[in-house]
Amino acid sequence: MSEQDKHWLVREETIRKLWIIFIAILALTVIAGIFVHQHVHFGIEDSFAFFSWYGFITCIGMVVFAKLLGFFLKRPEDYYHDTGNEDGK
Amino acid sequence: MTELLFPPGLLLVIGALFMPMGKNIRNALLFILPVLCMALIWSAPAGYVLSMPFLGFELEPIKVTTTGQLFATIFTLMALVGGIFAFRTASTLELTAAFVYAGSAIGVTLAGDLITVFIFWEIMAIGSTLVIWAAGHDDAYRASIRYLMIHLLGGLFLMVGITGHVVETGSIRFEALSLDSISQYLILAGFLVNAGAPPFSAWIADAYPEASPSGSVFLSAFTTKTAVFTLLVAFPGTWILIPIGIYMIFYGIIYALLENDMRRILAYSIVNQVGFMITGIGIGTEMALNGAAAHAFAHIIYKALLLMSAGAVLYRTGKRRCTDLGGLFQSMPWTTLLGTIGALAISSFPFTSGFVTKSMIAQSAADQHMAIIWFSLAAASAGVFLHAGIKFPWFVFFQKDSGMRPAEAPRNMLLAMTMFAVLCVGLGVFPQPLYDILPYPVNYEPYTAAHLVAQFQLLLFAGLAFFVMLPMMKRTLTISLDFDWFYRKLLPVISQQTINSVSSFANMLTNVAHNLLQAVCNSSQIKNLSRYHLAESWPTGSMVLWIGIILGGYLLLDIYI
Repeated sequence: MSEQDKHWLVREETIRKLWIIFIAILALTVIAGIFVHQHVHFGIEDSFAFFSWYGFITCIGMVVFAKLLGFFLKRPEDYYHDTGNEDGK
Repeated sequence: MTELLFPPGLLLVIGALFMPMGKNIRNALLFILPVLCMALIWSAPAGYVLSMPFLGFELEPIKVTTTGQLFATIFTLMALVGGIFAFRTASTLELTAAFVYAGSAIGVTLAGDLITVFIFWEIMAIGSTLVIWAAGHDDAYRASIRYLMIHLLGGLFLMVGITGHVVETGSIRFEALSLDSISQYLILAGFLVNAGAPPFSAWIADAYPEASPSGSVFLSAFTTKTAVFTLLVAFPGTWILIPIGIYMIFYGIIYALLENDMRRILAYSIVNQVGFMITGIGIGTEMALNGAAAHAFAHIIYKALLLMSAGAVLYRTGKRRCTDLGGLFQSMPWTTLLGTIGALAISSFPFTSGFVTKSMIAQSAADQHMAIIWFSLAAASAGVFLHAGIKFPWFVFFQKDSGMRPAEAPRNMLLAMTMFAVLCVGLGVFPQPLYDILPYPVNYEPYTAAHLVAQFQLLLFAGLAFFVMLPMMKRTLTISLDFDWFYRKLLPVISQQTINSVSSFANMLTNVAHNLLQAVCNSSQIKNLSRYHLAESWPTGSMVLWIGIILGGYLLLDIYI
């Protein structure tokens, strides 16, 4: 399928623009954070752009953790069907 | 007007039994019953109690509390909108079962004593099992039996606990219980099984996604949230609930990240969201309990909305795996939009209902200076956006183009989704009506500049993490092992081996006995005796008959002499 046949939302140029807008909004939230004083409960929340890096790093951590756990937990879809009539029907 | 003599939940349960009388009657009941039920719930003021004596106890089949009214209201609304979503496609069995199920859940929320709670609890288990059954395929049948086993086990905990509690205290009142003995722990365990707490979390993702497109919408609302309600009433401020809740939150996120089936992703995120509520109940301050109750209310709406959009996709495409889906926004734009609103609400995006409810729980952790819990909840909020807020709409409606161009969802489905989407945004922008019906007075303002900035930073950078890590999130055709492995894999193997070894032992014994008998027969003159009638070998049937006659004779003698 050529670029022009695709839905406008999935054309490469649109996707590039969406990335630029997304990064601009990200920057905006960080800048806004400089002017807004966070109510400090535990001391670390007023570090620079705390919620940005905290959200980013914890999410990366969760994805990596899930991936690692997946090596142990993932099984083929028909894993439970192999046992045949396990519950009698 | 305070003459509320009929439990509103029972109205739905009994009314539902008339549904099989005809399609028109059924469709009328789908609308009339919830409306009547809602009117009944709000006809009595908080504090109203209807009591009646029963076997020496004072039953309270209706006890109106603010918390109960809140949950009964959202359950009734769910029945109404779920009916709109389902009525064209669902079978009469499913709708009848769903209304019995909804009615019994409402019955629990307005119950004043533990016996009433238990009775409705068990009706709920039956109703929900039938909803899964109504899907009518083999996998659903198997899943429903596993589901029923878990819930009967939970019901057993509850019954033993209640019995012990009544013996110890002499009270059947359904109120805050202190964990004094094993009985109260068993009651707690019974409630927690239905909440999807560890180790029994797997039943949600095992059973719910096997139901029909509309069945899973009903299922998502009642069982787990009724458990949240009972925990809220009976065990507020029980510290053990905090680690349980935190575990459920991260369990839901991690398993949803590993999952490929779109409805199973949403099922895992039910565990995750209920985890937030249970953490709030464990913290136990007024703010935390308000947060837990409000979050349950908001959660039912957006989770139903998400499962409706997934149901519409399943109904139109027949596919449920993320690997088979994608690019559906092109031909199902409304479903995409409405599903995305649900996804934003579950992620507590500002100006949606989740934002004004979930943050109350986090705030109460901060107020209590519970640092670890607060940091966990913040990370979990980002994680919710990751696993449900973006992952679900991205893999179902966007990502690669699957080439499928299914028609837009039917109009009744769109109507139901629109109603809930409007509520998601409406409660987010004007939370006051919800705050007004919470159990405690609300002294909380979600829309401060600091809170908005914090939430935008947290969520948007979580979104960045999603797209950065996208190569690692490639879906695979797999399922993930869970606690249910023990009863789906290990137990059958063990029992099969036990049966094998027992039967081989039995075979050995029979052989030995047989050989001995042969030897005896050969050595003695038994063969010669067989010409006498009583020495012949008799058929077993006649033995059984004679034993039956003798025992029957004893019985008659015992009765008449």
